[in-house]
Amino acid sequence: MAATHRGGRPTTAARAARRRAVLHWIGVHALAVAAALFFVLPFVFVLLTSLMSDQQALTRDLVPRTWQWENYTRVLDTPGFLTWWRNTLLYAGLGTVLTVVSSIPVAYALAKFRFRGRRLAMMLVISMMMLPPQVIIIPMYLFWAKEMDLAGTLWPLIVPMAFGDAFSVFLLRQFLLTVPDEYLDAARVDGCGEVRTLLKVVLPMAKPGIAAVALFQFFYAWNDYFGPQIYASENPAAWTLSYGLESFKGAHHTDWNLTMAATVLVMAPVILVFFFAQRAFVEGVTLTGVKG
Amino acid sequence: MTTYTLRSKRRRSALRTVAFLSPWLIGFGLFFAYPLVSTVYFSFMKYDGFRPPVPNGVENWTYVFTEYRLFWPALRNTLWLVVVMVGCRVVFGLGIGLLVIRIKSGGGVFRTLFYLPYLAPPVAATLAFVFLLNPGTGPVNSVLESLGLPAPGWFTDPDWSRPALTALALWGIGDLMVIFMAALLDVPKEQYEAAELDGASAFGRFRHITLPHISPIVLFAVVTGVIQTMQYYTQPLVAGKVASGIIGGSGQQFEPGYPEKSTLTLPQLVYDIGFQRFDYGSAAVVALVLFALSMLFTVVLMRRSSGLIGPGD
Repeated sequence: MAATHRGGRPTTAARAARRRAVLHWIGVHALAVAAALFFVLPFVFVLLTSLMSDQQALTRDLVPRTWQWENYTRVLDTPGFLTWWRNTLLYAGLGTVLTVVSSIPVAYALAKFRFRGRRLAMMLVISMMMLPPQVIIIPMYLFWAKEMDLAGTLWPLIVPMAFGDAFSVFLLRQFLLTVPDEYLDAARVDGCGEVRTLLKVVLPMAKPGIAAVALFQFFYAWNDYFGPQIYASENPAAWTLSYGLESFKGAHHTDWNLTMAATVLVMAPVILVFFFAQRAFVEGVTLTGVKG
Repeated sequence: MTTYTLRSKRRRSALRTVAFLSPWLIGFGLFFAYPLVSTVYFSFMKYDGFRPPVPNGVENWTYVFTEYRLFWPALRNTLWLVVVMVGCRVVFGLGIGLLVIRIKSGGGVFRTLFYLPYLAPPVAATLAFVFLLNPGTGPVNSVLESLGLPAPGWFTDPDWSRPALTALALWGIGDLMVIFMAALLDVPKEQYEAAELDGASAFGRFRHITLPHISPIVLFAVVTGVIQTMQYYTQPLVAGKVASGIIGGSGQQFEPGYPEKSTLTLPQLVYDIGFQRFDYGSAAVVALVLFALSMLFTVVLMRRSSGLIGPGD
């Protein structure tokens, strides 16, 4: 709207527009920096405290006087810490594989088959997804503890993942809706059965969706506190990182430096994985919220 | 002949559908339908996990609603969180989304920085916040005091514990930011240009173009936020435990909701009454209240965004 005269000096309107654009740029970036401080400073303070001495962690200092990197080896040497890592990897790793394998055929059927009750099935999937885990925990705990005698292990958390996790089914189905039907029809015309179509045509195209589901499920297990609290709390050998971390604070209740070092050790893998798999995460979040 | 093949074809396709759905059908029965029915059953039983269950009518129900002194505070806190925490999250998430799509240089870096806290494991993030906001040694109060501002007791003050939890929730806004960004980028650019030619102010453009376009997503964020709040468990529990100085681990009973029941939420009650007081019957009652509230909001969610279930049904 504000044009510059060719070869002449800029008009007042053009200058005003330019000034507004510069002010806008400064304003947006100032706000962004302020917001960045809010999001980043907690990480920075946690890191700095994790490197302080035991005494200094109890003061109001913000920066370590001596940088005690050995805090991290002290945490790793804490009895149990490495067991919690192993248990977490078992729960998250095995659980993720089972979830992906069992959720793919369900999501495929819900996205691509036409059958009576499809809408109802989708509504039930969403209801399951929205169900707080506490709602069904009484009978579930009684079943695993009394009937199966598996309290104090992670199996009550891992086994259910072999039966199509609702959130993963939902996320994968949203993804598969975006795969054009023409590809499937072409495969069927070529004489592929549904299983072959799924394996040879759909799965290769669904890789980003599967990656998103796997990541979300892995971090769900990594972060899960309630499940291990219910099933594993009586047996420290079955604790996971999330559950162990909180009791770690209990055992070292004055040592904020060690607690923060342990906190860093629990956060770090999640953040590392994020940098390798940014797109899958963002795509997953978008799919749950927008496309449908 | 034709009808015969058609019918057998139909039967085959029905079998195929059932086969593909079977993992979930089994899971639905074992991990949804069966436990829900049992929860209803247990809600009318006196059961401590040792002696066999004994029917006791509506005694658990009247106990939870009239005598169990943690029930109403937990319900009140949950409603507080539904209004304040969900409201702040939606407004802040939208604000950050609007900010991020305007950053011309370094947008990717800022986006990543804003997203990262969403990934922090809840227990770790809560521990970090209890430390950061610790009134004695925490850096936040050090900074506030050096600026001459009042330094509240945060997780140790019943008036500030829920705002502190809200700050923690706002720190992890990354998921909402991404959802809002996707919606904001979908608003047709031509409409902004037309409005600018008509001399509409920035606020006017937001009010009359942006908001109507993204209102389904705002509604989605509100309803999913409410459902998340119905499940809010780890952060308030860990914050209360750590701030109160309770030693974690097994076998220790503690009164949840420190300080003064201010961080108590409904899901914590199921654990408290069932797994600490060994009154599975009353725990089933609380679970059913939680179920009823969650399903209420889920139905609203599905009504208002049938897009979730999809076109062509």
